[in-house]
Amino acid sequence: MGEAMSLGHGTEAALITDVVFWAIAVSTIIAAIAVVQLNDLFRAALFLIVSFLGVAAMFVLLRAEFLAAVQVLIYVGAISVLIIFAILMTRDVEEGSPSNRIRVPAGVAAALFAAMAIFVAVSTEWNILDAAIDSGAVPVALANGIVDVFENTVPRIATLLVRDFVLAFEVASVLLLAAVIGALALVRGR
Amino acid sequence: MVVAAIIFSIGLYGALTKRNAITVLMSLELMFNAVNLTAVAMSRYIVPASVIGEAQTAVTKDIESAVQMVLTGQIFAIFVITVAAAEVALGLAIVITVYQTRDSIFVTDANLMRN
Repeated sequence: MGEAMSLGHGTEAALITDVVFWAIAVSTIIAAIAVVQLNDLFRAALFLIVSFLGVAAMFVLLRAEFLAAVQVLIYVGAISVLIIFAILMTRDVEEGSPSNRIRVPAGVAAALFAAMAIFVAVSTEWNILDAAIDSGAVPVALANGIVDVFENTVPRIATLLVRDFVLAFEVASVLLLAAVIGALALVRGR
Repeated sequence: MVVAAIIFSIGLYGALTKRNAITVLMSLELMFNAVNLTAVAMSRYIVPASVIGEAQTAVTKDIESAVQMVLTGQIFAIFVITVAAAEVALGLAIVITVYQTRDSIFVTDANLMRN
């Protein structure tokens, strides 16, 4: 068994990745704030699409290309169209999206939750994958296997879906069927 | 993951404060996205404790399944997306039905069971 492969890049590539990551992160968060702050529902929906696209770009950076494609297809494609369709159906676009009475306590609660989640994420001593591979804590064969997985995730995901997670896979199809029938039954004219 | 936490909190704030039901649903979608982002980031950057340390001898016997363990986060995100799609379809159907019967899109007006 030769030298272990590494998931990391050279310093220059890492710098570019960092810059791209922060650009995506900032635009995604700004778009998310716009979704909850804009009074114009239609513009909020458009910013929601921007936010979805930002998350899809982050999936690419995290070596989850299949998920990025799924994100674009389902969120940017289907769910956004559904939401815009519902906005147009309900004709209350001009009334906007006012807040209710618990605005300030809800803001405080959300800020507290954010502080707690960030504290947990930062202060926990995670076993970082790249560092473990580089320091040799992971056996070489296993490390090479993991690097290989992230080179091409789609076949592995397919294998896992129809082998290890086949029950959840089938239940998901039943769930989608139930959702379709339920949605049809709900909006059918009486 | 910090980014995911911030997005989740924004979604939480929106879901709690908005009166328009569609905005509440959009905030829910933001939270789903944040959870997915966390799951994928975990699967990319964090190595399971069973792979390193004393337990590694047991795992190395079955390298293939140990390697696939790192993809569990992505599988998890796929199922979350599926459930989110079903949820938003049903949620919007309910919103439209409520709008047709009560002629209002605000969640505060859906108070039929209050009396």
